[in-house]
Amino acid sequence: MLRILKKALFTGVKSEVLAEAGEQIETVGPELEAAIKKRFRGSLAIRAVDAGSCNGCELEIHATNNCYYDIERYGIHFTASPRFADMLLVTGPVTRNMETALIMTYEAMPKPSLVVAMGDCAANCGVFGKNNYAIAGAVADIIPVDVVIHGCPPEPTDIIRGILTAISRT
Amino acid sequence: MTVNTWFAEKMGNHGIHSTYLEDHHPAHMPCLEIRLIDWSSAAQLARQLDMRFTALWAAEGGKHDEHLRYAYMVFAHPKHRHVMLRAALRENEPAVSSISEHFIAAMRMERVIQEMFAIEVSGIPDPRPWLKHEHWPADAHPLCGDFAADTVMPRCPGEYPFIKAEGSGVYEIPVGPVHAGIIEPGHFRFLAVGEHILNLEQRLGYTHKGIEKRLQGQQAEQAIHLASRASGDMTVAFGWAFARAVEAAAGVVIPARASALRAILCERERMANHIGDIGAICNDASFAFMHAQMQRLREDMARLHKQLFGHRLLMDLIKPGGVSVDLNAEQNLLLRQQTSALAIEVESLRSIYADHSGMQERVIGSGPVSLEEAISIGMTGYAGRASGIYVDERVEEAYPPYDRLNVRIPEGRDGDVATRVWVRFEEIAESARLIETLLGDLPDDDLCSAWQAPDAGVSGLACIESWRGEIVCWVRFGNQGRIDRCTLHDPSEVNWLGLELAVRHVPLPDFPLNNKSFNCSYSGNDL
Repeated sequence: MLRILKKALFTGVKSEVLAEAGEQIETVGPELEAAIKKRFRGSLAIRAVDAGSCNGCELEIHATNNCYYDIERYGIHFTASPRFADMLLVTGPVTRNMETALIMTYEAMPKPSLVVAMGDCAANCGVFGKNNYAIAGAVADIIPVDVVIHGCPPEPTDIIRGILTAISRT
Repeated sequence: MTVNTWFAEKMGNHGIHSTYLEDHHPAHMPCLEIRLIDWSSAAQLARQLDMRFTALWAAEGGKHDEHLRYAYMVFAHPKHRHVMLRAALRENEPAVSSISEHFIAAMRMERVIQEMFAIEVSGIPDPRPWLKHEHWPADAHPLCGDFAADTVMPRCPGEYPFIKAEGSGVYEIPVGPVHAGIIEPGHFRFLAVGEHILNLEQRLGYTHKGIEKRLQGQQAEQAIHLASRASGDMTVAFGWAFARAVEAAAGVVIPARASALRAILCERERMANHIGDIGAICNDASFAFMHAQMQRLREDMARLHKQLFGHRLLMDLIKPGGVSVDLNAEQNLLLRQQTSALAIEVESLRSIYADHSGMQERVIGSGPVSLEEAISIGMTGYAGRASGIYVDERVEEAYPPYDRLNVRIPEGRDGDVATRVWVRFEEIAESARLIETLLGDLPDDDLCSAWQAPDAGVSGLACIESWRGEIVCWVRFGNQGRIDRCTLHDPSEVNWLGLELAVRHVPLPDFPLNNKSFNCSYSGNDL
């Protein structure tokens, strides 16, 4: 236990004080927090759905939860059920084999709901291509999309910015 | 290079005639054509010779034999290396006999050739479709030449027959395809009694993106972007496997600096994924401290990757003929410093993990896979090494630059979650050591050799040790340097079976822990 405390103490607070981070996250953080406080009573629940990605996007979503970005401090958390999710964060081109599951997840959400299509594949099927027997389409071809985040994969700051853009529109 | 005739001679002794194919490379991984009738006995012989099965696929004929369909299988021997066998199938009713009774891991790949090529696999224990879900039309066989890549398939009614259990107290738990966390989609069907898992049945294919079909017709320089996205967390290893296969076919030898840089990237990928996964395993046992620390280290790695190579996950840095990035002296130093600092930090965290009784209570003895079971399915990578299979292509194939490195393989025995984690801790330390060695002695030559695609009909095979295990990639070229057929085999295809074996009798709440300790790729399996 002592070693854990010692390690935690010496590691210190890694969450980037947003004003110092310098890059995009600098302005995004406080705005995001304010928007979530105002519109979502301090808590935004996100259901992440992989509709067929290569799992690169998933690694970057995980990264938004690490101590540097610590997305939870703005009141954002990832939920296990679409039933109490405010936002659907979809990655990957929608494969034919995931099309039904994606639609069912979307329909299970309480409305109004937000949909963010994350990554080049979610945006336009990326390297996998639209003219592909195994692909049903980009996310917007299957369910209504509010915001698209480009990148292969998008970096954590881009993801956070995309989420902010989506909630600012409501 | 001399032709490897070992297996051809062994087959000859058993009355199996084989022909060496000249247009396949490299020669030490020969492609031997055998008669269809000998298909199963060749597999049986491989089993008797203690070879391991690595991949099975099918392809339509190339330039000179377009009307034919071939089945391929690859075996490897620790000393005598890989051998590819191929057999021509009958034109009208293509069929091949199943080799599942000798190598059970072949079965899912047989299910794939059945549905993708309309090849009948006789004697297959489980003939159900695998990647082809129930709503696909019965006559859709996407890898056949007459199936257009952009076919829009209608949605048909159908049902997938899951394994059922009868008896009082047995109940089913269907999970997925959309899982509770931020992970890839797949369906698990548990049969449970009380708290304990009786049987786990995996239903995958949800992320099938038609990668093999889409690779056809592309130039190698373009195709590598797609191949390296077969599984995003193994992007370096897939890129390398693809590059090495096309280089073998084209007879392109890459500069020593390029192969050293590839290995540095690959070992960094290994470290990053092991670090992230160990954190995630601890998180599944509610040891949040370790999770936070490990994710911090992983982020440090990603940030340096961005700074040095321009991509956090190291995508698109490998190209046919070499690499597209370089390190100057200053960058070299940065990378070395971070790698050694990471190794030290991981070691200190490891002692905290090892002394944490609550954590150890969860992992020791959970989800064991015995050596016999591991051999029977041919488990690969760290999961195999945890159970006692010490196969590593970096040692056996010793492709450059590993031929001048002495890779140390951790030798686990118990095959439980604790051992799988132990192997991964050991591999982090070993990768750090390899990276430091490579960076300390980076050859001073070019980054890339000139890339020239080979003639139509020429093929190449490559096996690369990714952090998950052995990747097999085979590429055959067509006209104008276009890829005519490419197959990629993720180690997860085999290790998913290991997970099924591991979780029998495991309490359901320990499933996530076991699942994470294998961390198989869905995307790499489904392609």
